[in-house]
Amino acid sequence: MNALQGAPLLALRDVRKSFGTGVDRKVVLDGVDLDVAEGACVVVVGSSGSGKSTLLRVVDLLEEVDDGQVLLDGEDVADPWVDADAVRARLAMVFQQYNLFPHLRVLDNVTLAPRVVHKVPRAEAEAAALEMLERVGLADKARAYPDQLSGGQQQRAAIARALVNGPELLLLDEVTSALDPELVGEVLDLLLSLRSEGVAGRPTTMLVATHEMGFAREVADEVVFLHAGRVHERGTPDQVLRDPRQERTREFLRRLR
Amino acid sequence: MNAPATTASDGRRPSERARARAAYRRAQHRRALLVAGVATALVLGAVVYVVTTAPGWERAREAFFSPERAWEVLPEVAAGLWLNLRVWVVASVVALVVGLLLAVVRTSRVPALFPLRILAVAYVDVFRGVPLLLVLLLVGFGLPALRLPWLPVSAAFLGGLSIVVCYTAYLAEIFRAGIESVHPSQLAAARSLGLSRGQAVRRVVLPQAVRNVTAPVASMLVSLQKDSGLISILGAVDAIRAAQIATTGDYNFTPYVVAGLLFLAISVPLTRLVDAWSARQGWRGELRGVAGAGVVR
Repeated sequence: MNALQGAPLLALRDVRKSFGTGVDRKVVLDGVDLDVAEGACVVVVGSSGSGKSTLLRVVDLLEEVDDGQVLLDGEDVADPWVDADAVRARLAMVFQQYNLFPHLRVLDNVTLAPRVVHKVPRAEAEAAALEMLERVGLADKARAYPDQLSGGQQQRAAIARALVNGPELLLLDEVTSALDPELVGEVLDLLLSLRSEGVAGRPTTMLVATHEMGFAREVADEVVFLHAGRVHERGTPDQVLRDPRQERTREFLRRLR
Repeated sequence: MNAPATTASDGRRPSERARARAAYRRAQHRRALLVAGVATALVLGAVVYVVTTAPGWERAREAFFSPERAWEVLPEVAAGLWLNLRVWVVASVVALVVGLLLAVVRTSRVPALFPLRILAVAYVDVFRGVPLLLVLLLVGFGLPALRLPWLPVSAAFLGGLSIVVCYTAYLAEIFRAGIESVHPSQLAAARSLGLSRGQAVRRVVLPQAVRNVTAPVASMLVSLQKDSGLISILGAVDAIRAAQIATTGDYNFTPYVVAGLLFLAISVPLTRLVDAWSARQGWRGELRGVAGAGVVR
């Protein structure tokens, strides 16, 4: 993929984030730089606690950065005077624990943001939601409540909820980590098809945090290895995952096996 | 009790071992029934013996449990109960709405609401800590003393107002607990979709918060129904006051017993209804765990 063409959709510059103060202070992101070009898929790997989730939450403005820039289309959205709700409405995030709304039917989970945020009339929003549920293979579950679905179905519903607004960037935070092993496949297959066929003919731009090396190998344009809040290695999946240059990366990949 | 496995549903004859177990369980069950029966009979017998052999029993029976007197006063006391029911319904609705508003204000982060937030905290602290009886006396005798021309001064209104004032504070605390019981990941998911904080609270947090506390809220409303009897101390002719009036003159206290039975006739079915209803809600707890709230449960 051509990551150099034009300004990247998302660019992180020297992003720093820590939690706690004094002795309890824990640096989670220690000067991260990262680019995601439009149409690209960047996969962040690293052991738990390396800062992957925080990185995604920073991009989605669910966490405030201590320092550095979060540039979306060149605009620094980390500035507090930027309308955060409007920025979030351009992005979409899928969470490890699905975070579907348990009191709403699957269809209403998917139509909530279009109706409330984007002011789409109900009938139109439901038509679009049904189409999206069809896309993720859940058209027959539109009337079900989240607790009536399997983990894999819930996660696919969450992906439909994220995609229905036509986000410019999809953030995927360990989306298969909470699933039973036999349910991981259906979610990864869906993500693969989002990369190859896209939605409405446009491949979905993704920033992915994952433990699934096979998935990373298959879909990533770039793999970024994060360790203790720093980027230790980045490159094509072949280079980073098959022929890592850094000892840290080798150790991480060894432990995965 | 588990159903004894004398016949398996598929027609298969249970093994010798299964039949022995079933027989043992049946024997245990019979024994438990016997013990419970004997214990109940002993306790009841003791109570009846103590009461009926008491020196004043004959007079007490006439003064408290006179069937003729009960039948005579029933219409008056029941008419009083109608006032209790009206106070209950109106006070419940008002206290629910205001309590929920207070809880929302208290958990909101809007800077403009800061003074209201302080007021909400102070209000809850004060009226949760003051006995309802005291509030009744202060409101019932204090407010009319102000001689505000627009303020109704009927005992029923002032009594109902006092109940609303106290129960709003109790309900606000319950609703606040409900709001705080919704996992932060739900708010994060809603905000992530672009919903503003207000939209997220209204569409995602509150519906779940209210569901999470339906059982304690319902039990609070049952208790409000019972406390509606306290308005009688202001002179409102409710069931208790009607009974009190009926006792004057002949020192027969049967009307009080009638009033008590009438309250029970409402609160017991209501309690059972609430229990049955919240049991049916059981799946909601399960749902929260499944839907990814994480460790909370």
